[in-house]
Formats: sequence, structure tokens, C-alpha cells
Amino acid sequence: MAALYDRYSSVVYSVALRVLGETGAAEDVLQEVFMQVWRNPGVFDSSRGNLGAWLAVIARNRAIDGLRKRRPETDIETVIVSVEPDLAGNTERSRAMEKVRSALGAMPALQRSALEMAYFEGLSHSEIAAKTGEPLGTVKTRIRAGLFALRKVFQT
Amino acid sequence: MSVHEQFAEDLALHALGSLEGNDLAALEQHLAECASCCRELEQLRGDMALMALSAAGPNPPRRARRRLLDAITLEPRRPARVALRRPLWAAAGWVCAAALAAITVLLWRDNAALVQEGRREISELRSLASQKEVELAEAQRIVETLTASNAAHFTLTSVKAHPQPQGKAIYVRDRASLIFLASNLRKLPPQKAYELWLIPTSGAPLPAGVFKPDAHGSATVINPPLPAGVEAKAFAMTIEPEQGSSTPTMPIVMQGAGE
Repeated sequence: MAALYDRYSSVVYSVALRVLGETGAAEDVLQEVFMQVWRNPGVFDSSRGNLGAWLAVIARNRAIDGLRKRRPETDIETVIVSVEPDLAGNTERSRAMEKVRSALGAMPALQRSALEMAYFEGLSHSEIAAKTGEPLGTVKTRIRAGLFALRKVFQT
Repeated sequence: MSVHEQFAEDLALHALGSLEGNDLAALEQHLAECASCCRELEQLRGDMALMALSAAGPNPPRRARRRLLDAITLEPRRPARVALRRPLWAAAGWVCAAALAAITVLLWRDNAALVQEGRREISELRSLASQKEVELAEAQRIVETLTASNAAHFTLTSVKAHPQPQGKAIYVRDRASLIFLASNLRKLPPQKAYELWLIPTSGAPLPAGVFKPDAHGSATVINPPLPAGVEAKAFAMTIEPEQGSSTPTMPIVMQGAGE
């Protein structure tokens, strides 16, 4: 378990910290995610994608639940994550990180902002539309295009 | 595009957990019937995982690691100090249990064919365990200890020339890994337990696990907490109060030096 933690804790902690903005709360999410794996190692099935990506998604969802003070909404046993880069190794992760940051930097500001509001603030598309004063359809399109832009970076 | 166009944008929102109300209900109904949209949802969740990478920042503080490991120690899934054979297997799941069975065969039967067979079994078990990474890590540690080229082997026999009780300790100093298997152990009085001791080349004996044999006189100690890097001159076993002792109580009932 220690080895698993050493390999993936930075991904889990970083995303939780970015969402929650507070180290204590991020540590709680970190603890919760790894304890879930410890208590029930069968909860992750390798057919659901690579473990690093799966942990990142679970951590983000748990952090958003915490941010919005709601009960966990995602049944983690059903989460399937399909992603190309293997996030297990530091080298692969660093390379992927550079690509993602570069892709985000290249996005139009409004698209990046919509994506970050949905991802890191857990806002619904209607909340984003209300906040930005943009039509719902535009927000939806921007979020989808943003996710596709990230995917495209790893397909080339 | 592989997804149905009318749901394409809603899929992205659903992956983010941002879809609500009627839109969510309609999409979930569609997902129940549409494999290609399910696959697209998996892809979008993968894209979400990539998004997490943009958040990469400081590593968690050291206390978080300690907190997790402390919590794990208190969890019932894996005994913190000593695992008797039956409870260990029950707790660690059938994969580890089967791995230990194969390992036990390797240990007790010094037979090349069986070794080959055992390795094949371990390989198959590893393949199965790939879906359970945590169990696999534990099983791999055991296998690595058994097969490490620098592993020191210790055979413990009765000091009273009674040949039946036997213990095998396999110890890898660098990793502080220890596997101890014992058989034909005498039944203990109530409130008593066996305690294994690592006898270092210098200094006092170090406690290496308290255990009670099962109904067949067998017991197993897997990776008790030991400081790393201690060179073992021998291993020994004593009878102690069931909570264990910090120093051995004479007499030594079994002992063995490195082979």
C-alpha cells in the first residue's frame, strides 16, 4: 500500500488541493481515496482503465462532493476511465503534465475557463452559464471542445 | 463521430458530473441501450483524468503518509504484526492464499519439478492478481523474498532433539522482509504464545512476531515490523505471554543460524 501511495499520492493530492484550496481538506480526500482502495482492493478493476487515471477521477469527484457539501454521488465501482498515457511513472506523468498544460494554454480563454469551472469548481453548465452570462449551448460546446482538445494532444 | 450527435455534448457534461435534471435522465436512459455512447463516456472520463494533471502541485505532507499507514495498521483487513496461516488467508483474499499455498510447496519440497510447477502457478496467480493491485503487491513481496538471491535461510529445530517441530525463516536484510513458516509446533498453555526473535550479529534479540499455532501445529509470520538493514546471525523462538515480550524468556524452544 505504501508503494501504491508513493506512486499516486501526488496526483490524488494535487487534484484535491486544487479543487478544495485547503491542505487539510485535501489530505482528508487523499486519506479517503486510499483507504477505500485498502478496504476493498477489488474496487478497482484493471479493465476500467489504468489505476492512476482512475484514482485521479475518483479524487476529483470526491473533492467536488466535499466542496459542494454533498454526499458522494459517484459509485466508484462503476467508474470506467479510458486514457492513453500511463500515469504510473514519474517520467510519463511529467511528460503528460507538460502536454496538458500546453493544451490548456493554447485554448481560447473562455473555453479554458468553462472547462476549469466545470472540472475544478464542479459547477453545472447552467451555473456556468449564469456566472458568465453566456447561453447554455455555448457553455456545453466549450466544455466538450475543451475535453476533446486535451484528448487530441495524446492522439498525435 | 462515434456517438450520437444529440447526446454528444451532454456526455461531456455527464463525465464531469455537471449534467442535471431531464437532460441527465434522458442521457442515462440512452446509455443503458447504447454501447458506443458508453465507450465515449469512458473516453471523456479519461480526458478528465488528463485534466487532473494540470493541477499537479506540491506533494502531500509527510504526515499524510503516516496517517494513512497508521490507519491501515488499525484496519482488520491485514493483521498488523503477525498473521497466523488461517486468518491471514481469510483476510488477504483467495489470491494471496493461493500464492502462499504455491510458495509453501516451494519451500517444503526441494524438488526442481515442483519448483517449476510452483513458479508456473505463481505466474498464473500474478496474472489473475493484476486486477487487484494491492493484493498483488503483497504477494509479489512474498515471492521476491523467497526467490531473492541475497535471501538468508534459517532452519529452526527443537533444541531437545525432538525432530518433529520445525521452522523455516527466510529473511532479506535490505528490505527487512521476513517469512517464517513453522509446523508440528507443540500446543501452548492458555495465555501463552510463541514469539520469534531475530538474533542480530551484535546487540539484543529483536522481536519478530508473536503467534499461536493452529490446530495442526502450523503457523506463519509474514513481514513483521523490523528495522531495515539488521544482519541476522540466527532466529530463535521462545514461549511468552500472549501479548509478547520485549526480551526473550528462557528457554529457547527452537533456534537456527543462517544456512
